[in-house]
Amino acid sequence: MIVRLLSPISDFDAEAPLPDGAETLTRDLDLGTLFDAMAGDDAFLAQTVPKVVLRGLTDPMHVRYRQDVLLDCIAHPDVARALYDVASEVTRAEREAWGFGNRPDTILYRSTRLLRSLLPLLVRVREIAETESPRLQSEGFRAYFAGVRTDLDARFFAATRAHLERLEFAQGMLLSARLGPGNKGDDYRVRTPRPAHRPWPLRWLGSRRSPLSFEIGDRDEAGHRAVADLKAMGVSSTAVTLARSTAHVVRFFALTRAEVGFYLACVALRERLARAGLGVALPHPESSATGTLSAQGLYDPCLALRTHARPVANSLAADGARLVVITGANQGGKTTFLRSVGVGLVMLGAGMFVPADSMSASTGHGIFSHFKRGEDESLQGGKFDEELKRMAWIAPRLRPGAVLLCNESFASTNEREGSEIADQAMRAFLERGVRVLYVTHLFEFGQRVLARGASDILFLRAERAADGRRTYRMEAGPPLSTSFGEDLCRQVFAPDHVEFAAPVTPECPR
Amino acid sequence: MRPRLGARSRVSAMTGPPPVAPDRPSLLAPDDPGSATAGPSAPAVPTLGSENVPPVGVFAPDLAGSLPAADPTMLHDLALDQVFSALVHGREEYDLSPLLARPLERADEIVARQDVFRDLERDAVRGPVERFARSMRSVRAAQATSAKMRQQDQRARLFLESAVRYRAAVEELLREVGDAGPRSRGLRELVEFGHQYLASPSFRQLCHEIDRLLSELRSVAYTVQFRGDRVTVAAPAGEGDYGEEIVATFARFPGPDGRDPTFSLHEWSEMNHVEEEIQDRVALLFPAVFAELRTFPARHAHFADAVFVELDRQLQFYLGYGEIVTRLRSRGLSFSYPELSDRASDLEVRDTFDLALALRLPGPPVVNDLRLAPPERIAIVSGPNNGGKTTFARTIGQLHYLARLGCPVPGSFARLLRSDRILTHFERGERLADLRGKLLDELVQVHAILQVASERSVIVLNETFASAMVHDALFLGRRVLELIRARGALCVYVTFLDELSTLGAETVSVVSTVSPEDPEVRTYRLARRPADGRAHALAVARKYGLTYEALTEGRDR
Repeated sequence: MIVRLLSPISDFDAEAPLPDGAETLTRDLDLGTLFDAMAGDDAFLAQTVPKVVLRGLTDPMHVRYRQDVLLDCIAHPDVARALYDVASEVTRAEREAWGFGNRPDTILYRSTRLLRSLLPLLVRVREIAETESPRLQSEGFRAYFAGVRTDLDARFFAATRAHLERLEFAQGMLLSARLGPGNKGDDYRVRTPRPAHRPWPLRWLGSRRSPLSFEIGDRDEAGHRAVADLKAMGVSSTAVTLARSTAHVVRFFALTRAEVGFYLACVALRERLARAGLGVALPHPESSATGTLSAQGLYDPCLALRTHARPVANSLAADGARLVVITGANQGGKTTFLRSVGVGLVMLGAGMFVPADSMSASTGHGIFSHFKRGEDESLQGGKFDEELKRMAWIAPRLRPGAVLLCNESFASTNEREGSEIADQAMRAFLERGVRVLYVTHLFEFGQRVLARGASDILFLRAERAADGRRTYRMEAGPPLSTSFGEDLCRQVFAPDHVEFAAPVTPECPR
Repeated sequence: MRPRLGARSRVSAMTGPPPVAPDRPSLLAPDDPGSATAGPSAPAVPTLGSENVPPVGVFAPDLAGSLPAADPTMLHDLALDQVFSALVHGREEYDLSPLLARPLERADEIVARQDVFRDLERDAVRGPVERFARSMRSVRAAQATSAKMRQQDQRARLFLESAVRYRAAVEELLREVGDAGPRSRGLRELVEFGHQYLASPSFRQLCHEIDRLLSELRSVAYTVQFRGDRVTVAAPAGEGDYGEEIVATFARFPGPDGRDPTFSLHEWSEMNHVEEEIQDRVALLFPAVFAELRTFPARHAHFADAVFVELDRQLQFYLGYGEIVTRLRSRGLSFSYPELSDRASDLEVRDTFDLALALRLPGPPVVNDLRLAPPERIAIVSGPNNGGKTTFARTIGQLHYLARLGCPVPGSFARLLRSDRILTHFERGERLADLRGKLLDELVQVHAILQVASERSVIVLNETFASAMVHDALFLGRRVLELIRARGALCVYVTFLDELSTLGAETVSVVSTVSPEDPEVRTYRLARRPADGRAHALAVARKYGLTYEALTEGRDR
């Protein structure tokens, strides 16, 4: 039986490490809020969802495969829920069969118990496959149910019930053996006795008088232990087979739980956003070679979920742009905008819907973030050291097709140095085929990039209304030499006077 | 010369008197008293090939006493005892100490061992040799287990097992070493001898019986029925394998790869009484097979040939030293095969180090060079304390001893004197109440050294007369050095007396150096340069601004 609901080529691997930079990305994009909204109070999903979301897909075909399964789940959440509930029972079954010891006979005993608990779960999965499979259309679910119906046929259930009875060995045990090292018995195997093949007169062969037979005395505890050991050796291959098969079935349920659980989490997120009046859309994934990146009505869902405020939506038309330089006023929504693009790309890569009216984008071969850190986090070695160290860690991990989200990188030194380093680093990254979105105040850097006039560079600017108020919208435009700190300053120091027109006070702090 | 094999007592200890195959007359001649001093002219010594002698002696010529044992005090002074205990560690059963304590004298023997070492540096040769050693251990282990068994059939079966392992060990060794194409005479002759051995009737007979018996034992199959308290043994009657029925049902769930359960079931090599009862009944089912098994040990009591038993032992010398070499090379240190010269004044070593120190330190020690050109023969080592002087002197002594064992020596290059004796005198810390008594004692010992020293001897003197007053020490030191010069011996003399370094054309001055930036940092490098105790003092003064220039700088302005 296969699961393969997340990808046509592989199963979910709970043990696989997160991609490089995933923790930083989670923190910079506030993805924790997204994960919480998806998982709700399901602790298992809280563990599983980040692993699925952060391990983005790179092949647009695989993204569409997931999108199809997701559409099935949105259309028939009851089926997904039923599968998830059955699969979740595996934990209880495993717990019941849990025990100490790894002698073959104890392992066989545990496997038998486990198999006995798993059997009703298998029956229910089979029932779901029978009744629900016509309703689901995605390639993923069709293959899943086909596997269930093939492997869990009536013959299998009958044979398994018979084995469960025989494995109690109520009639004693017949073993075959060979001579091993030191003449000890070796290669012990359980045999199926031939029914009554011995004619009556020869029955004495197994009796008291035969020289080939002996009895273990009642008080011979060591003898009974020795017999138990021999029997244990005899059942070892059976124990291996059953342990493997029960492990297989347990894994099938565990994967079903994780993979279906991810889609249920998506369904839950969609409902939460809908309740907040926010829409989602299935994006168009493109290959990284196309350099696609455009969206309408893109917003940051994490900000929306956290603040319960209606977020500002932005549009972005950056198809073909390898470097997007975002400049403009402080508190103008640059960071939020960068986050919304980042979250959108992450969700697109995970096969999810995106927080936008529409979106097309190339899948990212690794998404990295380099956000400025607060003062308190640069412990020793200075802030500049610290951020350079982080960038040096990221740089070798940037492959062609990767996406780098920079937020005020190289801003912790003076502008000249910062611009020089930024310019050199960005030139190198672009040549490597990395896509960069760069929020920056480094005017000189912007000027240099502008002067070079390359066609694959897009400049965006945080919009500012004529009265100095922020609209939190991005518009195309080259960097301006002033950022709007004085505006902010005014706002903070004279919040009541919106149309403050007096000259800037010189002592106004930056 | 084909030196003969020694240490027969070990051979008989393990397997009893060695069998004498008809095609190898008096292979070991263990009772021939002349063998102990067998030399190139000893006519009684048969040689391999036309004269049929085992080649093994090339590895380690007769250890029975033809070579004198080295002075333990000298080995201790040079810290070679530490090196040897590291080498012997884990190889105690091979009794390698006598071998290590007997340095070779003849150049061709030394070269022969170097050649074996060179062969063993190749994985294709060392691998099989290491496997052979492991296999021979398992042969002994099986024999020891066999002897402990209660049941006769089991005893015989384990004895057979040890013979099986022995046979495989020998066959594999000879095949693999032969395939590797050894270049040393020792291993080439071993292969040649081995092929004769493999073809010998006694070995053929052993193999034949092993094969037949094993195949018969393999064909023994039976069933055991457990029902209630009753256990019944029977011949198989075509009962189906229940494990296969289970597999047939559950093959559709093959399970995750590599996650099979691991069993823990106490497995004793000895049978419990139920197993013994079962085996007794199996023997009843197959009487002919068991009858043959029971007589096997008596028929092949001494299956292990003495040559391979001794070979196993002697190879440990190479493997043990080779392990040390490999370990230290992995830390970036060099070893090389020394060129051996007959002149004391023709010495060159590069990147050499104290082997005992290297084995103790977690990282690589500092390496040093020394070159002496005629007529230079006496190195006077001086300089700041704890600067590596003693280590350096010890190193030179070690090099000469290890060279005579036929070993590769520390350093990327070494041309050394093929010494006749290595003589040491190390200042010992013991506090004698009577200083005069101690000085006298030292003089007596140095005198004894000078008595036996020749122009091919290596003398290492460490802080000799250090406890004497300077005037005395200088006088005695000069005197002793004069005598050493007259003997023509190679000498390393560690001293705090600068004056001793300029006695004549034969002496060279070697100084332990300090870091130019910080005179308190020892570099542990030794350099040939004039001894100047004041240079170090000046450097320390400069650091604290106490030099003349530093103290007068302000005044000039």
